[in-house]
Amino acid sequence: MVLNFNERSPFTFLMCVICIASLGYGANVMAFEPTSTSPSKLPPWSQVEDTDPDPDPGETTQAVFTLNYPRIQIPFEITLWVLLASFAKIGFHVYHKITVWVPESCLLISIGLIVGGIMHSLHEKPPAVLTSNAFFLYMLPPIVLDSGYFMPTRPFFENFGTVLWFAVVGTLWNSIGIGISLFAICQIEVFGVQDITLQENFLFASIISAVEPVAVLTVFEDISVHEQLYIVVFGECLFNDAVTVVLYNLFNHVAALEVVEAGDVFLDIGRFFVVGLGGTIFGALFGFVTAFTTRFTGKVREIEPLIIFLYSYLAYLIAELFAISSIMAIVICALTMKYYVEENVSQRSCTTIRHVIKMVGSVSETLIFFFLGVVTITTEHEWNWGYILFALLFALLWRGLGILVLTQIINPFRTIPFNFKDQFGLAYGGLRGAVSFALAFTLPDNIGRKDLFITGTIVVIIFTVFIQGITIRPLLKLMNVRKTNRNQETINDEIHKRLMEHTVAGIEDLCGQWSHYYWKDKFMKFNNRILRKILIRDNHPESSIVALYKKLELQNAMEVLDQMSGDISAAPSLISLHEERKNASKSRKKFLSSDVTNMHELLSKNMYKIRHRTVSYTNKHTLPDDITAREILMRRHTSLRRSLRAGSFHGTNAAKMSQKYFSLPMGRSLNSRFPPRRLVHAGDGDIESEINYSSIRHPQRVSSKAVMPLRPLNTLKEVASSVNTVDGQNEEQRGCRRSHLGSNVSRSGHLTSHLPHGSSRNCSDGDHDAWVEEPQNNSDVQHPLMRRPHWLPQKPHDK
Amino acid sequence: MGLEQNEVSLEQIAILHNRFKQLSQNEETLRRDDLKTIQDLESNPIRYQIIEAFFDRRNFQKDGVGSVEEIGFEEFLTVMSYFRAPAHHITEEQREEIRRAKLRFLFNMHDTDNDGTITLEEYRHVVEELLSRSGALGRETAKGIADAAMLEVASISVGPMAPDEFYEGITFEHFLKILKGIEIETRMHIRFLNMDTAVFCKQHSV
Repeated sequence: MVLNFNERSPFTFLMCVICIASLGYGANVMAFEPTSTSPSKLPPWSQVEDTDPDPDPGETTQAVFTLNYPRIQIPFEITLWVLLASFAKIGFHVYHKITVWVPESCLLISIGLIVGGIMHSLHEKPPAVLTSNAFFLYMLPPIVLDSGYFMPTRPFFENFGTVLWFAVVGTLWNSIGIGISLFAICQIEVFGVQDITLQENFLFASIISAVEPVAVLTVFEDISVHEQLYIVVFGECLFNDAVTVVLYNLFNHVAALEVVEAGDVFLDIGRFFVVGLGGTIFGALFGFVTAFTTRFTGKVREIEPLIIFLYSYLAYLIAELFAISSIMAIVICALTMKYYVEENVSQRSCTTIRHVIKMVGSVSETLIFFFLGVVTITTEHEWNWGYILFALLFALLWRGLGILVLTQIINPFRTIPFNFKDQFGLAYGGLRGAVSFALAFTLPDNIGRKDLFITGTIVVIIFTVFIQGITIRPLLKLMNVRKTNRNQETINDEIHKRLMEHTVAGIEDLCGQWSHYYWKDKFMKFNNRILRKILIRDNHPESSIVALYKKLELQNAMEVLDQMSGDISAAPSLISLHEERKNASKSRKKFLSSDVTNMHELLSKNMYKIRHRTVSYTNKHTLPDDITAREILMRRHTSLRRSLRAGSFHGTNAAKMSQKYFSLPMGRSLNSRFPPRRLVHAGDGDIESEINYSSIRHPQRVSSKAVMPLRPLNTLKEVASSVNTVDGQNEEQRGCRRSHLGSNVSRSGHLTSHLPHGSSRNCSDGDHDAWVEEPQNNSDVQHPLMRRPHWLPQKPHDK
Repeated sequence: MGLEQNEVSLEQIAILHNRFKQLSQNEETLRRDDLKTIQDLESNPIRYQIIEAFFDRRNFQKDGVGSVEEIGFEEFLTVMSYFRAPAHHITEEQREEIRRAKLRFLFNMHDTDNDGTITLEEYRHVVEELLSRSGALGRETAKGIADAAMLEVASISVGPMAPDEFYEGITFEHFLKILKGIEIETRMHIRFLNMDTAVFCKQHSV
């Protein structure tokens, strides 16, 4: 495809930056090396400074322009590397097509290779930042926290058994299988690797069985693979990291021993379980503590994200202290606290938390891949054809076998068994990545063949990432893997899902047979009764049906409001709009600023509350797709008149959906109580006012044409009035049917007439009722679903 | 109904028989009151519908109408069999059959007056029951949700309606259509155990 100029310039810019940066880096390294080796000796730069003034008697001793590089060296280099990696990422997305076909990890490695090549040609060495400590303490936690936090909890718990099965047993199978086969290979003299002991083989095997989901998940999501497969791959990779690290430490320890006794082996196995369970319990504990802490942060919103991060990191560190599985700890911590924390913290904090976690996680991952590329070129490799190629072969083979066997065993226990296509997806999606590399790189030096192992790991990673990563997408598409049914969730779906859950739970109780629904039910009861009370600040038990309903309503509203070509103003500016329309309206109630803030807060709180339901999948590289962008609807400026033109409205989904609500009688919303927040007494409970504010009043449009499905929000009652008046004027001009927005304001539920000035009358009615509890729907309210409506649309008089 | 597809094993039948005996206090037939006394069922929002389902003739007789006052073990088992997981190797047709049967069961739960359609009132009732556990929600909300759901069904099954049309009620065909997306097999399925758990059931207060 032809590169046009626009696409070319960022790319060349990128390349220039990379070259310059690496050159600059190369220059810096010269200053770096002496410092690292002999801290006592002054680095050349500053030495120059000190000695420089002397030969030149004319100058003062104080140099005007100094260069103190060593002082900033370490942060500077870190920043430079991170910046470079970020440029690389930006560069990729310039060509959208590339990221579709080539996973980001490939691209990062490629850039790393290029930089490595440049550095190698300058005979520089990469910075020695990838030490064991740096990796395990600084780089790994964000990656794992990222995965843990964005794990979709509900499908995860439903597939918990499968996930654990594949993660734990699968990794063990892989490690042991590969280890033994490699050991067998080592016995063959021709390869010349006889000195590698069994323990070392196991160590290497455990390193290369760590699977990395990044690329695969992106592909899965793009082709909308069904949820089960997605969650199993995701979960497997996550826990697989934990298992791998544990095995790694285990074998590391064992490899150092000269003689391994049977007792040691049993101890190790026991230790394995202790480590895993310990990590889980620890994580859960920290999760609850975090949730509890956030209960009290109502007044100090700024530190909320900090608390989350600190506790998670603390969980990790303390788990490291006790040498139990820190990955499990941090993941379980994230899983448990997420649910409660997201209800306690403010919406901004929630966004911040997600953003930061995603950011730091992806930076970490990017850096590791980048280093991989660099290190590939610049290190001394020990190449042994036989060993490495067989390692690759066995890695692929054992994974495939493992998936096959394990699936056969676990399929009978699953409600939706995995078919062969799923298994292929699972097996082929086993790419190695960051964790493998880091583990290999940080092997202790007493392993004799460390370089060989590093080379082997790099080969396996590069092979899987490039070859498998690039081909998995077309292959899965070709095989037509079961797709997910990710249709727009309807209210009916949600209702019936709940219905079925309760039915099944009920029948189980009835016949005394308990399966996972029973436990789920029990846990939900426990949760609602005890946990939520302790851990959540304002506790409103909310049904998922209501949450979905609110979400759909809000989506409707936002769609409609988006349709208007103008912007929607914040309420204060509406007041000015009112003043323009004074001729058509009587005096209106002005908004108090406190009311406005209340409304804003409530509306956003509602949107926030239901946000977590809109995300089911997450992309590893991007944040979940929020509709938060639309929250700015409240803040934008408008000229409503413009937006009310019939022609500006396009008959889209919003129209279709809003049509459904057209046949509701007037004065009646789908959610008809109104009291504003400040009038709600404690007894009513906050949730009602929240519902009220989020509910959308539907225009009592009769027409089946989607002319103007304006559905202003409850909160902007005055909008209704003003819109109505403007509407009225427009309609008179255009002969369209009127919308009875004014009737929204009238609360008595009576039919409002369609007179042109009815709006003002309605509004005045509304004014009286403005801040009062709405009387309930009376019997004279028509309902099309119950009886035939007998009111007819008013014909506009100029028709 | 196609009992063959939803078979339970002999052991499981024996266990269920035990439970039946326990519930009916060793009598031959089971009555509504017996079921109402199950403690665990107390907290279930739709317990009445579930109990009714056992006495609903439509669930254990083809073209049955109305409800009965007491049921024998055979009917008990028939209703239970709606929740059996389908065997792995069945044809697409059979799977569809099973799905229909399960959805029919649900439909009958809604349609309490046996007229073949779920009217708004009936639907509202169900939604209210479902949401009654949610605490501070008003009935209006539940009504609103039920209305929205009905309108959804209307729009999906019937398409855009003229302004003076109204939607009679959800027929079984519409019901099928609207629930096309849900995987019934996994959701409406009980793993019948091979272990006698009757001893663990709380003794209901008589």
